[in-house]
Amino acid sequence: MLTRDRVGGVALLLFAVAVMWEDRAFPLGTVTKPGPGYMPMLLAGILAAMALLVIWVGGRSPALGSLDWLEKKHAVAILGGCAFTALALERIGYRLTVILLVVFLLWVIERKRPAVVIATALGLSLGTFYVFSTLLQVPLPLGPGEF
Amino acid sequence: MIETLQNLGHGFAIALSPSVMVYAFAGCVIGTLVGMLPGVGPLAGISLLLPASYGLSATTAIVMLAGIYYGAMYGGSTTSILMRIPGEAASVMTCIDGYAMTRKGRAGPALAIAATGSYIAGTLSVVGLMLLAPPLAAFALSFGPPEYVALLLLGLMVLAYMSGGSVPKSLSMAALGLLLGMIGIDPMTGYSRFSYGVVELADGIGIVPVAVGLFGVSEILLTAGQAEMPQVIKPKLRDLLPSRDEWKDAVWPIGRGTVLGFLIGIIPGSAHIISSFVSYAVERRLSKHPERFGQGAVAGVAGPESANNSATSGALVPMLALGVPSGPIPAVMMAAMMVHGVSPGPMLIQQQPELFWGVIASMYVGNIVLLILNLPLVGVFVNLLRIPYPIMYPAILVFSVVGVYAVNGSVVDVWIMAAMGALGYLLRKFDFETAPIVLGVVLAPMLEMSLRQSLALSSGRYTVFVTRPIAATMLGIGLVLLLYSLRPLLAKGADWRRKLGLEGDSIAEKEENR
Repeated sequence: MLTRDRVGGVALLLFAVAVMWEDRAFPLGTVTKPGPGYMPMLLAGILAAMALLVIWVGGRSPALGSLDWLEKKHAVAILGGCAFTALALERIGYRLTVILLVVFLLWVIERKRPAVVIATALGLSLGTFYVFSTLLQVPLPLGPGEF
Repeated sequence: MIETLQNLGHGFAIALSPSVMVYAFAGCVIGTLVGMLPGVGPLAGISLLLPASYGLSATTAIVMLAGIYYGAMYGGSTTSILMRIPGEAASVMTCIDGYAMTRKGRAGPALAIAATGSYIAGTLSVVGLMLLAPPLAAFALSFGPPEYVALLLLGLMVLAYMSGGSVPKSLSMAALGLLLGMIGIDPMTGYSRFSYGVVELADGIGIVPVAVGLFGVSEILLTAGQAEMPQVIKPKLRDLLPSRDEWKDAVWPIGRGTVLGFLIGIIPGSAHIISSFVSYAVERRLSKHPERFGQGAVAGVAGPESANNSATSGALVPMLALGVPSGPIPAVMMAAMMVHGVSPGPMLIQQQPELFWGVIASMYVGNIVLLILNLPLVGVFVNLLRIPYPIMYPAILVFSVVGVYAVNGSVVDVWIMAAMGALGYLLRKFDFETAPIVLGVVLAPMLEMSLRQSLALSSGRYTVFVTRPIAATMLGIGLVLLLYSLRPLLAKGADWRRKLGLEGDSIAEKEENR
């Protein structure tokens, strides 16, 4: 039966195999004098063994179909917001990035009133910039026109 | 003993200086808020505030971060008792009887018992930390690379054994974390491993983006699309006093929770979470009226709340004395110490006495501050819970981004945070624990370096691990634990954790039953 543990175990096993494949690029050394590829190979082996054990005993875990994904739209949107932030942060600056991120999350995803969206976006963007950059001297990227 | 008191007096002189006091107070307030807000646990809270500590002295920074850690344990009880929402994972057990007391109109006494228990446990466990850490550090001076290999392996075995879920799953997560810790330049040969030309990965993968992603962002991903928060009950100050019978019912659970929490705290793992589960199970087992548990038993609040506070001090023992973090939170605190040029380990107490004793003294002061904060000001704090989560989570996300970016000023860390958030979300959906990953990332470089140094010292002979008594003893204990923890796979019902209601399914059932 396809259970949560078995699916998770298979994913971990595939990851372990991928690591072993990638590890070919580094000298393994010997058991008495390990090289840079030795430890990753050993750990990938342990991960593969544990993944097999998870698959073996995973029949008792809940069925895969019992998983609900009610929050998946939110999750994908938030991850998209994170990706946008990583792309935009050093291009358009911290303050503008945060304004756009919060507007996206509150207006597009949460459908909040424009007044709430604008107040939250400006408050968070300017407030956190003031606290971290101005008060705590943490360097945050600036955008066009030093904004 | 006189020397200890003299050192403590010196520590109080540091802790009571206005500059340190301010940050201890700030740490306690932030910790209380972090503990109350669902989705921001102490780990994410400390990680987010890490950049804010860069401008401070090492002592002030650690005092503030420690304040956040134990402050979160106090704050977590408030939402558990008033709303049946655990602000952080260690407060899950408090939800059961704490909220049942609230429904019976005893919210005030439940909060008072939780705060008093936390205060007593927090203060007594600092005494334990103060007395245990210096001799342990002196003992650890005799450790060489083989002993560190054995200690780190023992830590991972205990982590797997004590974890709430299945042992193969916990060990696979630890292996995954150790593999992530392999990314970057191999210090002995200069090979750049798994960095794929990304210059920022040459130094390895940072603990902060991993921790914030796995704990903070994954929590947002799991919670954001769910229903609105329930109504908040706001108790009045005059309703806080417990009755005589309630005090009587709380005394022994507080005492037992303190001892249990401290001992479990020293052991690697998510100590503050495990300690509250064990304490609840022990109290239910020892109670003359186990049928009252789940219906508003005072012991069900007093025990777990004392245990999780006591565990925070216990968790600092191996970090301060050995330089080995016992869980993800001490690991982040250790990273903070390193940023300030302080190397945690056996020499810390000798080389940085003002830091060690200043932190100890500040914890005594912090516990008093938290008792004051958490009782009379509880009404003020619960107002924060009225902010709807759809407004709260973008703010948490923004703090996550700024916290992660500020560590190295690199967007690569923001990408790592997002990737770890997605990974943590999927792993938690599939009932895998994420704490061993964080610990693995921290321990990987230490483990690899110690292993290779040991083999270099012994001309490649693995017998070095069994001919040295301390290393052999630790490895022996680790092996026994590993075999013992794999036993339930073959013999169903042989797992002590299942008997105590600690096994993964049992925990999930309890959360579902909330």
